[in-house]
Amino acid sequence: MAPEKRKDLLKQGGIWGFIVLELAFFSIAGEYWAVTDKAFMDFENMLLLLKQSAPIGIIALGMTIVMINGNIDLSVGATFALAAIVLLDSMTWPFMQNLGDWAIPLAWCFALLTGVILGAINGLIVWKTGVDAFIVTLGSMLGFRGLVFMYNGEQPTSHLNWTLVDFAEAQFLGLHTATWFLFGAAVILWLLMTKTLHGRNAYAIGNNREAAVNAGIRVGPHFLWNFMLIGFLAALSAVVFYSESGSVNPNDGMLFELWAITAVVLGGTKLTGGYGSIVSTMGGVIAIQLLRKGLGHIGADTSTVNLVIGLILIAVLFMDRQLNRKGKEELKV
Amino acid sequence: MTDQTPVLRLEGVVKTFPGVRALDGVSFDLRPGEVHALMGENGAGKSTLMKVLGGIYDPNEGQIYIAEEPVTIASPMQAKARGVVFIHQELSLADELSVAENIWLGELPHKSFGRVDWKKLYDETDAILKTLNVGFDARTRVGDLSIANQQMVEIARALTVDPRAVIFDEPTASLTDAEKVVLFEVIADLQSKGVGIIYISHRMEEIFKITDRISVLRDGGYRGTLNTAETNEEEVTQLMIGRKLDLSRNESHHELGDVALEVRNLSCGKLFEDVSFSVRRGEVVGFYGLVGAGRTEIAETIFGLRDPSAGQILLNGEEVRIHSPMEAIARGISLVPEDRKGQGLVLGMNCRDNMTLPQVDDLTAGPFVSDGAEVAIFDQYRDKLDIRTPGWRQIAGNLSGGNQQKIVIGKWLSMHPEVLIVDEPTRGIDVGSKSEIHNLIRDLAAQGYAVIVISSEMPEVLHVSDRIVAMFSGKVMRTFTSEEVTEDSLIQAISGLEGDKVA
Amino acid sequence: MAELTKKGIGGFLARQGILVAFVIFMVGFALANQRFLAMDNIFGVIRSSAILGVMALGVTFVVIGGNLDLSVGSMMSFSTIVVLDLHDKIGPTLAIPAMFGLTLLLGAFIGFLVGYLKLNSLIVTLGMLSAIHGLTLTWSGGKNMDIADKQGTWFSIFGQGDIVGIPMPIIIFGLLALVLGLILSKTPFGRKIYAVGGNGQAATFSGIPRARVVFFTYLVSAFCVATAGLLQASRSLGSQNTVGQGYELEVLAMVILGGASLLGGSGTILKTLIGVLIFGFIENGLLLVGLEFYVQDIVVWAVIILAVWLDIAAKRGRLWSPIA
Repeated sequence: MAPEKRKDLLKQGGIWGFIVLELAFFSIAGEYWAVTDKAFMDFENMLLLLKQSAPIGIIALGMTIVMINGNIDLSVGATFALAAIVLLDSMTWPFMQNLGDWAIPLAWCFALLTGVILGAINGLIVWKTGVDAFIVTLGSMLGFRGLVFMYNGEQPTSHLNWTLVDFAEAQFLGLHTATWFLFGAAVILWLLMTKTLHGRNAYAIGNNREAAVNAGIRVGPHFLWNFMLIGFLAALSAVVFYSESGSVNPNDGMLFELWAITAVVLGGTKLTGGYGSIVSTMGGVIAIQLLRKGLGHIGADTSTVNLVIGLILIAVLFMDRQLNRKGKEELKV
Repeated sequence: MTDQTPVLRLEGVVKTFPGVRALDGVSFDLRPGEVHALMGENGAGKSTLMKVLGGIYDPNEGQIYIAEEPVTIASPMQAKARGVVFIHQELSLADELSVAENIWLGELPHKSFGRVDWKKLYDETDAILKTLNVGFDARTRVGDLSIANQQMVEIARALTVDPRAVIFDEPTASLTDAEKVVLFEVIADLQSKGVGIIYISHRMEEIFKITDRISVLRDGGYRGTLNTAETNEEEVTQLMIGRKLDLSRNESHHELGDVALEVRNLSCGKLFEDVSFSVRRGEVVGFYGLVGAGRTEIAETIFGLRDPSAGQILLNGEEVRIHSPMEAIARGISLVPEDRKGQGLVLGMNCRDNMTLPQVDDLTAGPFVSDGAEVAIFDQYRDKLDIRTPGWRQIAGNLSGGNQQKIVIGKWLSMHPEVLIVDEPTRGIDVGSKSEIHNLIRDLAAQGYAVIVISSEMPEVLHVSDRIVAMFSGKVMRTFTSEEVTEDSLIQAISGLEGDKVA
Repeated sequence: MAELTKKGIGGFLARQGILVAFVIFMVGFALANQRFLAMDNIFGVIRSSAILGVMALGVTFVVIGGNLDLSVGSMMSFSTIVVLDLHDKIGPTLAIPAMFGLTLLLGAFIGFLVGYLKLNSLIVTLGMLSAIHGLTLTWSGGKNMDIADKQGTWFSIFGQGDIVGIPMPIIIFGLLALVLGLILSKTPFGRKIYAVGGNGQAATFSGIPRARVVFFTYLVSAFCVATAGLLQASRSLGSQNTVGQGYELEVLAMVILGGASLLGGSGTILKTLIGVLIFGFIENGLLLVGLEFYVQDIVVWAVIILAVWLDIAAKRGRLWSPIA
């Protein structure tokens, strides 16, 4: 059992070890190749890093839950875009304009509601038809994107509300608004997954669905709730991001699903479900953002970032497999 | 005891599936404080009956009574709520979760807002685990436990409620002797509390040790209940198979040829050690032992699916190293694997394609697979093995177990192997097909094949083998010829008791 | 199973649902607009579907073999950029084989990871999606790639040429579909792909080199991607770095729409062709009846889910899932 524990520690600690490694590497490498003379581990820089992690990070948190539950959601990028459009466009509706600044929370609610409804559509289809979540959300990725275009054609939807921008750019206790949302969501979801019936049952369903069914856990409603949750989080991510930027293109959020899955898998969550944690996903999110910033810091461009992230993802998968090997006696199938 | 109200009673339960009457008017009762064995061959209807009791299947006719109250059970949870608890043979645990979460799966104690009450959960679990006298605690991750300990977790699940009836489905299949003692103590304890226990097992010695009554199913029908104290193995067996247990040995020896396969001191890690044996042409060598004794692993090693850590394999007197099934096949070795659906067949593929799969590279006309050559092979072995299928286009998954097995056997016969290894050839197959397959194996030997039969069923091993290799926990205990073998000496050998007294 | 045959027409509808849907769409559009079934319109549709269609052929191999390929989009961008860049550097005659070689190398790398190292294909190809995108950006230096002399090159023949009035992309798409269809349905290699995808363990136990088979499915996929890249480059003679972005999921959707199961072991080239054409004709038909292009996405969404749903409903013998 001792080696088992060691492997476990390695699995859970791995991502944080990797982050430390990244910090060390970029700090040292930065001394030689840095394009600015600011140190990499600069406090401001780290704060900015957290803020920039927020949009993908919030979605990745939701993806963790859906994946622990044994599903996947490929439609989050489109949900993100649609929620953003609702957020910005709703503030231009006549009755909303009469409300003054009270329009802001209402617009947020509309956006979040949009996310929840889109999530519920996915969840209901997965539950009621029994079609694999991968296919269902692959379909809705196209469909939701169609809805995005339906809203405003290929035109960007814009509405800049300065109160909103001020709020989004505010810093409280040093952290940006977006960072607070990321941390807040992480804490709440961490509590949800580790402390509540819903969370524990989600693990059980992903781990051994038949056992969960036999134990009387209702699988369908759990699917539904978790898809609604990730829809909500995709919308929340949009709210956080577009409050500041004020303009959304119909192609925004494309490939977000893949980035989110990358972060989740880096954090060690299993694709097959039943294993993973919110904390590790935070690690995955931060590791990716560190890599982006770090490579930028030493003068590498986006191309290197993409290359490195892709290869690291594969390397992590490879190491995970090596950890789980049973040695030479293993059946070679 | 006879006057007490039964805790569980079934009356005329019928369950049909398209084309099959899986349960045909089953009635029996379970009294409080008794251990009631439920016996029957594979396919006799035991598992269907359990699924009816667990609410997974709806019975077509009949009535279930719990404490003489007619009930309909819609789910395992409802059964549990009424005090009827199942302990499954196939573990249904979530291995990433803790022991406590598994034991209370679906009904974790909780506080407001759906928060899990961890303290209560762990305290109550530890209390239950204490009565089971196990060496792990409530917080242990189930995946870190041995199979036996996982079985104990299953058992602990039954103790979370005050059960009226507990149903054990082959609980000792993976337990060591020491663990069995604990299990039997648990059963005795439940018994003394007035709980009725249904005990499903194939192991006669256990049945006679701990049960009070024995009910027997055969072909979906109820065949009667016996008082354990007043019966014996023979009577039970007769009831189970409808005739006397055929423990006849194979007597027709064929002309033996040269040694086709010889294995010297073969080891593979901890799976098996220092195994030596040889098979001649025209000979059937049976491998007998309990599940996990290392028999299948030897076959897989010979077939190139595992790398041996030591030892030699000789084919026709020449040492070979086999690294993959491809190489094994090229050298004339065929393996009919143990898990028919998982390893033997591509269930979604048609019968013909399944049968010709290993040689599809050779059945070509130009760059394409030759339809004619394939159909010819299929027809030949369909007739030879009497495979009943509407045609070669039939999807393999739609055939009965016996016909599926014949497809797999046909697949390997059509390769004209020199050494044929068959692993559990009749598992899950009806009685009729069984004897057909046994005859087939004898015929193959007569034609000069060297055959290895791995089986967990003693009658089968006795019936087909010229020699029997008895294995226990990765080691060869003894090799018997079919003349010298007796049931007692065989059982001793596979239980790890060095049987000096050869009868 | 007897139950299914009893259902007769209903069973047929469920099993061939996608074909039925295809026919209904075609008839509907033809009635709504005379031009829909005109030859030039049909050519137009197939021609514009050809690039995604060619990629879908390759992905069909991978999916039947029981894996996924999410890297085809960014790999296609790579092929396009590389061949455009090399066109001006070493001339089209050398650029084309060089590009095919490099793309096949990428396919071989993925095939090695998924086949021989047995890594999860979803994550490997997700990683490669990002890595290859990086590679493309490095190659192009982040700039758009254009052929200097657009008029004076014969390179445009693949994307813009025609033979006896049939556009080249259609000919290439058709030929490739024919060859790959024959390989899949008639050769030992094709049979092995079905076996490996249907039950990998049983395939291994039957002496089929599973790793090698999977490896080759990725080579086929890479070959198709290179062909798609060639068509794209030749048609536009210039390209952005992100030309294939998002294609991976669209292509997968086509393959699934055709009826291939993500679990592997089922699907055919013919079915994939139907999936590709449904995509194309729905888009075209909706445009012709005056609907916007995005309606296509929404219709396709519904069609995919309905198709897969009916398919599995027919297999399990009931419409609604048994999930509690």
